[in-house]
Amino acid sequence: MPTVSLKRDLLFRALGRTYTDEEFDELCFEFGLELDEITSEKEIISKEQGNEKAQGASDVVLYKIDVPANRYDLLCLEGLVRGLQVFKERIKAPMYKRVIPNGEIQKLIITEETAKIRPYAVVAVLRNIKFTKDRYESFIELQEKLHQNICRKRALVAIGTHDLDTLSGPFTYTAKKPSDIKFKPLNKTKEYTACELMNIYKTDNHLKHYLHIIENKPLYPVIYDSNGVVLSMPPVINGHHSKITVNTRNIFIECTGTDFTKAKIVLDIIVTTFSEYCENQFTVEAAEVVFPNGKLHTFPELAYRKEMVRADLINKKVGIRETPENLAKLLTRMCLKSEVIGDGNQIEIEIPPTRADIIHACDIIEDAAIAYGYNNIQMTLPKTYTIANQFPLNKLTELLRHDMAAAGFTEALTFALCSQEDIADKLGLDISATKAVLISNPKTAEFQVARTTLLPGLLKTIAANRKMPLPLKLFEISDIVIKDSSRDVGARNYRHLCAVYYNKNPGFEIIHGLLDRIMQLLDVPPGEKKGGYVIRASEGPAFFPGRCAEIFARGQSIGKLGVLHPDVITKFELTMPCSCVEINIEPFL
Amino acid sequence: MADGPVAEVLLQRLEAADGGLDSAELAAELGVEHQTVVGAVKSLQALGEIIEAELRSTKRWELTTEGEEIAREGSHEARVFRSVPPEGLPQSELMRLPSGKVGFSKAMSNKWIRVDKSAADGPRVFRVVDSVEDEVQRRLQLVQGGQAEKLGEKERSELRKRKLLTEVNLKTYWVSKGSAFSTSISKQETELSPEMISSGSWRDRPFKPYNFSAHGVLPDSGHLHPLLKVRTQFRQIFLEMGFTEMPTDSYIESSFWNFDALFQPQQHPARDQHDTFFLRDPAQAQQLPMDYVHRVKRTHSQGGYGSQGYKYNWKLDEARKNLLRTHTTSASARALYRLAQKKPFTAAKYFSIDRVFRNETLDATHLAEFHQIEGVVADHGLTLGHLMGVLREFFTKLGITQLRFKPTYNPYTEPSMEVFSYHQGLKKWVEVGNSGIFRPEMLLPMGLPENVSVIAWGLSLERPTMIKYGINNIRELVGHKVNLQMVYDSPLCRLDAERGPPSTQEAA
Repeated sequence: MPTVSLKRDLLFRALGRTYTDEEFDELCFEFGLELDEITSEKEIISKEQGNEKAQGASDVVLYKIDVPANRYDLLCLEGLVRGLQVFKERIKAPMYKRVIPNGEIQKLIITEETAKIRPYAVVAVLRNIKFTKDRYESFIELQEKLHQNICRKRALVAIGTHDLDTLSGPFTYTAKKPSDIKFKPLNKTKEYTACELMNIYKTDNHLKHYLHIIENKPLYPVIYDSNGVVLSMPPVINGHHSKITVNTRNIFIECTGTDFTKAKIVLDIIVTTFSEYCENQFTVEAAEVVFPNGKLHTFPELAYRKEMVRADLINKKVGIRETPENLAKLLTRMCLKSEVIGDGNQIEIEIPPTRADIIHACDIIEDAAIAYGYNNIQMTLPKTYTIANQFPLNKLTELLRHDMAAAGFTEALTFALCSQEDIADKLGLDISATKAVLISNPKTAEFQVARTTLLPGLLKTIAANRKMPLPLKLFEISDIVIKDSSRDVGARNYRHLCAVYYNKNPGFEIIHGLLDRIMQLLDVPPGEKKGGYVIRASEGPAFFPGRCAEIFARGQSIGKLGVLHPDVITKFELTMPCSCVEINIEPFL
Repeated sequence: MADGPVAEVLLQRLEAADGGLDSAELAAELGVEHQTVVGAVKSLQALGEIIEAELRSTKRWELTTEGEEIAREGSHEARVFRSVPPEGLPQSELMRLPSGKVGFSKAMSNKWIRVDKSAADGPRVFRVVDSVEDEVQRRLQLVQGGQAEKLGEKERSELRKRKLLTEVNLKTYWVSKGSAFSTSISKQETELSPEMISSGSWRDRPFKPYNFSAHGVLPDSGHLHPLLKVRTQFRQIFLEMGFTEMPTDSYIESSFWNFDALFQPQQHPARDQHDTFFLRDPAQAQQLPMDYVHRVKRTHSQGGYGSQGYKYNWKLDEARKNLLRTHTTSASARALYRLAQKKPFTAAKYFSIDRVFRNETLDATHLAEFHQIEGVVADHGLTLGHLMGVLREFFTKLGITQLRFKPTYNPYTEPSMEVFSYHQGLKKWVEVGNSGIFRPEMLLPMGLPENVSVIAWGLSLERPTMIKYGINNIRELVGHKVNLQMVYDSPLCRLDAERGPPSTQEAA
């Protein structure tokens, strides 16, 4: 969930009133936001770098507010205030207008070279805007929030904003060999080639995260004006020439990307939010894009869409009984201008360009419920009668767990993921013999594979508890994972039961006795006859020679028991003899 | 049982004694160490009211080693006097005697001897008197005989200054008869025996009292893991509420069931390598229900079922990618898909509690795997009010009654609500669960009827367990680094009974 950090006093000024922290927290809660933290720049620096570094930092109170991940329209002060003011019915949601300029319309031509790397671009102009320091900072911050969220760290969309008065159109969006791109990038004093820049930015804490998007591509995307001035090399860096400042009056905005839908949404969000500061409020100057196929599109789209939802559907889904008029009013408070039409039960809702999150009637219904107030909804219980059933494997597991504890063994709960070494090398096996599923992107060796046996987890539990009095008697009933090509995903779980006995003597007879007890509990008689169980001398790399047996029950092998090999004991950093049993309990379902 | 001859003698003496006796005196009389008598007193005391013993502290004068020597050999000055013959002795010779230096000056000041410095062969010592009384030796002998009180305070302190006497503290017992005094202590029994029961001899025997303030011996038992005890209770609650358990016995899942089926777009951050464990082997799911897959693809990329869709290029390869399930909602999706194939539709209530996996950075509250609790109700005409009603009943069974609901965003539910409860310990509202109504874009491609709604909620098993058992570090609870002593000591899990000590953890 994205967090926006706003200056409290600036926020209250924009809201036209002040709140106590509790009141504002309450307002956020109701609207679906979360006042996460009340802090200041000074406090943040002091917390992260110590008091000394915080000296002289601003102690202006900051509200850190968590915003739902799909509400891009609330990612800055302007948008958030607009949302809350409409919610509280202090203002009406503005109508955003796209106008065609009297003079020449700005134009961006996309060349076909972009197709393989970053094929889409959309543009717009904010004309006669008036920034202040705070507004300017908010404008920059909104781009950053969009980059981090909907733009997926610039991979899907990257935004460039430019001082239009320093440029002259038409613009060209193309892709060139890195060595052929040369310009003075933002906040640098000389020109570099794209190759040089990629090197320089490798150590830039902010920009290094975006290099990988184009790094290994033969051509890099780049935007020029008609004089060959570089506007930007998306998604990495803008040119210095067209840098915007607090005094910029006319802004040219370009959004390039690999996702056309998201590029259009991002452009809409920026222009709707900041057109508030234009001379003609909430008005955006259109610009044109010529695609490689010659088709011409005008942006921003600023599309208003009409949806029809029946009032009784809203009531039925939320569990309330409001009149259609009231429901229309509730929706209007969520920036969804609504009116009752037709037979008096039909509500027509206008979805503004700021609300790209509304893609289905259920999104409209949610907004009605939020405006109604979740906590005002009457709670009821579904009337349907159902009979409960347990999942048979879990039912058996629950029964066995209690009797294992009654037999004097203590339950462990170990991780399903572990290192390759745990299930293979330490048990004297080769990893290929384990049929283990392998994880492709573990952050540490602890998560290389899903376990194929419960034994390593129990031995590690003993190793971490060596200070405890002996004997240690542990068990676990849980799942292991084995590759299985007959399953849709190519792997399956098995429910295993494993128990270990760790003491000054191996205690094979105790583990053997436990197996006899488990078989008694499962109603499996000893003996070779049908339905019975036997153990037969066997061997395995994990076991001491001559001290291992295989367990057969109901005609199939279900596991092994025995005294662990001294090498295994040592590899798990243990010092005492240890015996164990591990079986698959699924045949007993 | 008190044993040994000393205890027996003590009891016999005590029977004859008038009032009582002193342990030190008895030791002196018996010629044994005082500590032996003290041992006998203590063992008799342990038997109850046989004797009473009062600890007394007495001060006593004793001779130092030098004092003992003087009591035996005489004072240094007397020894010097005795070594001077009537014809005198050269001073140099006298000084070489063992008592010479100390004895000479003392004898001089007593005026027992004199020095003639004009003698021909150097200074010579002569007797002044014919005989002397060795007063120091006499006094020390008095003390040695236990008659220190016969000396005056001044005389004793003078001897102490000369390091011949020292005062010692002696702890002794004044022993008297107890209310159950008897000289025959051998009859006290510690435990009832089968013989006593059969012979009836227990009727006549005194028994040694128990020490009820001591701890008992804990039974030699096995123990269930606290987290799984809580799991058992959650299963119980769902079963009490009529919910059927879903199969969740596959940790490996395809991206299709884990994400795509839930209408979670393919560029969603949760599908990043940073957040999810993907598999190298088996890397791809081989079988997917292709009819259904096509409906899902269309809904994502073009919309449908009343939805605009996400309008992006949906890729089958992305859906085939195998992973370790990031939530049990993948199992819920499979259960709902199976439900959708059954005609006609019948209402269902499902639950599951099982492991899920996240490629997280580990800390005191986050592990790469944890247990998710999930409840699902599918029925005609379910409302948000129903969801809240079911949540109220569910949380009441956990002992949580103060609830409120916050709008939130989840990719696959709409409306969505976070559940908050008021935490008495933290004095604030904390998130206890997440919930919502599954999106039509998820349900309709499965084939569920249009008027069927599915409400669902989820929470983690670890968090309520940590609060319940007052555990601050999750690694002490889950995994091999578990504190087994904590497992041994953990109480029953009674979720609706009194809450455990308040946790200082924030809501996850």
